Amino acid sequence: MSTNPPERVRVTGPPRRTTSRRTRAHEIDDQTLLGTVLMESLLRAQLRLAVLTLAPLVVIAVGLPLAFHLVPSLSDVRVLGAPLALVVLGVLIYPLLILLGWSYVRRAEQHERDFAELVQIVES
Amino acid sequence: MITSVPSVVAVALVAVATLAIGTWGLRFSRTTSDFFVASRTVRPALNASAIGGEYLSAASFLGVAGLVLVFGADMLWYPVGFTAGYLVLLVLVAAPLRRSGAYTLPDFAEARLASSRVRTTCTLMVVAIGWLYLVPQFQGAGITLESATGAPSWLGALVVATVVLVNVLSGGMRSITFVQAFQYWLKLTALLVPAIVLVGVWLDDGRPGPNATAGDHWSLPLGEGGTQGLYLTWSLIIATFLGTMGLPHVVVRFYTNPDGRAARRTTVVVLALLSAFYLLPPVYAALGRVYGAEANADVIVLDLPKLMVPGTGGELLSALVTAGAFAAFLSTSSGLSVAVAGVLTQDVFRGSRFTGVGAFRASAVIAVVTPCAAAVAAPDLGIAKAVGLAFAVAASTFCPLLVLGIWWRGLTDVGALAGLGTGFVASGLGVTYSLSPYATTGWVDVLLTQPAAWSVPLAFTTMYVVSRATADRVPAHVRRFMVRLHTPEAVALDRG
Repeated sequence: MSTNPPERVRVTGPPRRTTSRRTRAHEIDDQTLLGTVLMESLLRAQLRLAVLTLAPLVVIAVGLPLAFHLVPSLSDVRVLGAPLALVVLGVLIYPLLILLGWSYVRRAEQHERDFAELVQIVES
Repeated sequence: MITSVPSVVAVALVAVATLAIGTWGLRFSRTTSDFFVASRTVRPALNASAIGGEYLSAASFLGVAGLVLVFGADMLWYPVGFTAGYLVLLVLVAAPLRRSGAYTLPDFAEARLASSRVRTTCTLMVVAIGWLYLVPQFQGAGITLESATGAPSWLGALVVATVVLVNVLSGGMRSITFVQAFQYWLKLTALLVPAIVLVGVWLDDGRPGPNATAGDHWSLPLGEGGTQGLYLTWSLIIATFLGTMGLPHVVVRFYTNPDGRAARRTTVVVLALLSAFYLLPPVYAALGRVYGAEANADVIVLDLPKLMVPGTGGELLSALVTAGAFAAFLSTSSGLSVAVAGVLTQDVFRGSRFTGVGAFRASAVIAVVTPCAAAVAAPDLGIAKAVGLAFAVAASTFCPLLVLGIWWRGLTDVGALAGLGTGFVASGLGVTYSLSPYATTGWVDVLLTQPAAWSVPLAFTTMYVVSRATADRVPAHVRRFMVRLHTPEAVALDRG
C-alpha cells in the first residue's frame, strides 16, 4: 500500500481531426442535397420491391377469374381428382403467399442494411 | 333442438379459460401503455399467434365453409383475400406504421398530417368499422349457441359480450395478447382434429368425392352471371386485399411490436399461421357437399361432425368445434373492442374527468354494449357477407390514407379529408343498401352489394387530386416524418 500515489499522467494518442469524424447522418438531418438523394433512393428501392412482390398476386387475382370467365371449360379440369380452382385457391396459393412474404422481408432488410452502410460512411 | 351437454361444457370451458388467462395476464398490466399496446414489448412468435387468434373471426371459422359449400370455389377468395391482405400490409404498411410511433390510426393521421380534423374523422371511422365488424361476431355467437344448445339467439351475443367486457376491463391489451395467442392454437386444433377424423370417416365410407357432379358452377372461381359475376369477384378481391390494413384491430397490433423489423417478421409468421388455418374450411365444405348438409350452411362446421359420426363421438367432435367457434367470437370481439375503446379513450374522454385506465374502462363499456344491442336488433346478413362489408369500408378509407401517407410526400390534410369522406360515403352506400329491406336487380344491385371495385379507386383519386390542388398545405415536417417512417431504427438520425 503506498501512501503517495504517483501523480496522474494524461496519456493521449496523436491528435485527430475530430471535425471530420462526422458520418453522413447529418446530411439527412440537415436535408442537404446528398441527404435527400439518400432518402429518395431508399424509398424508391423499397417501393419498387413492394410493387415487384405484389405483381404475382395481381396477376393471379386478375387473371384467374378472367381465365375461367373466358374459358369456362377450365372448370372441368381436374388436378389429382379435384377441380383446378379448388387446388389453386384452396391450397397452392398459400405457400406462394408465404414465399413472397419471406423473400420480401429478406430483401427489404438488405435495402436497410445498404442504406445504413451508406449513411454511416465517415466523411473525409 | 335437443340441448347438447358436451357443447355447453365446451363453451363454458372456453369462457373460463379466456377469463383465467386474462386474469393471469393482468398481473403484468400496470400502466396505461400496457392497456393500450402491451408496452410494445411483444416478440414476433407470440405476437403473430395473437394476431392470428384475433384475426380469425366467426367469418373465417364458420362463414367461409358455409359460403364455399353453397356457392363454390369463388367463395375461396374470402380466405385467400383475408390472407393476401397481410402480404399487402407487409409490403406497404407494416414497418413504416410501427416506426411512425403512433398508438392508433387517428394518432398516425394526426402525426403525418398535423391536423386534428383528420384525426377526429379517423376516430369516427375506426368506431364505425369496428362496430360494423363486431355486430356479425355477436350475431354469429347467437346462432352458434342456438345450433349447439337450442338456447335463444340473443343469449350467445350476451355471453360473448360479457366475457369480452370482463376481460378487456381487467387487463386491456397485455392480457388480451396472451388470450389471443392461446385462442389461435385452440381454433386451429378445433378445426384440424375433427377434419382429420371426418376425412377418415369419408375414406372409410367409400363415397364419391365432392366433384362427382362435375361441370356445375361449384368449381368456378368467379361469381355467377357473366360479367356481373366477374365484377363481384374482383370487387371482393379488392376489398379483402386492401381492407385488411385498415381494420382497427389489425393495425393496433402492429404498435405492440418492438421495432419495424420485428413488425415485418411478425407479419410473415402471421401469413404462415393464417395459411395453415385456411386449408381447413374448404375441407368441411367439400365433405358437407358429399354428405348433403346444405340445409343450414352458416353452421355446417358445427353440424357436420354430428351428421357424419353418430353417437358420443360426433357429440364430442361437435363440442370441440363449438369451442373453437366461441374462441373465434371472443378473440375477434376482444381485439375490436380494445381498438375501439382505445380511440374513444383518446378522443372522446380527452379532457374529461375520466383519465388513464378509468377512461379506457368507460370506453370499453361503450365499445361493447352498443354493437351488442345492434346485433340483437339488426337483420342477420350472414357472417362472412357482413364482415366483407367492413373490409370494403376499410379499403375505401384507411387504405388510401395509409398508402399515400406512407409513400407520397404530397398528401395534405384537405386531400385526406376529401378522400376519407368520399370513400366512406361510397362504401357506406353499399352497407346501407345491404342492411335496408330495399332491393333492386341488375348492375345497380351488383355495384351496391360489392362497392369496393369503384369506391376504392374513387377514394384514392379524390385524395390524390385534392392533395395536388392544395399542395401549399403539405405539412412542413413531412421530410423528417418520412425519415422516421422508412429508416431503420439502428441508424442514428433526427426523426422529428
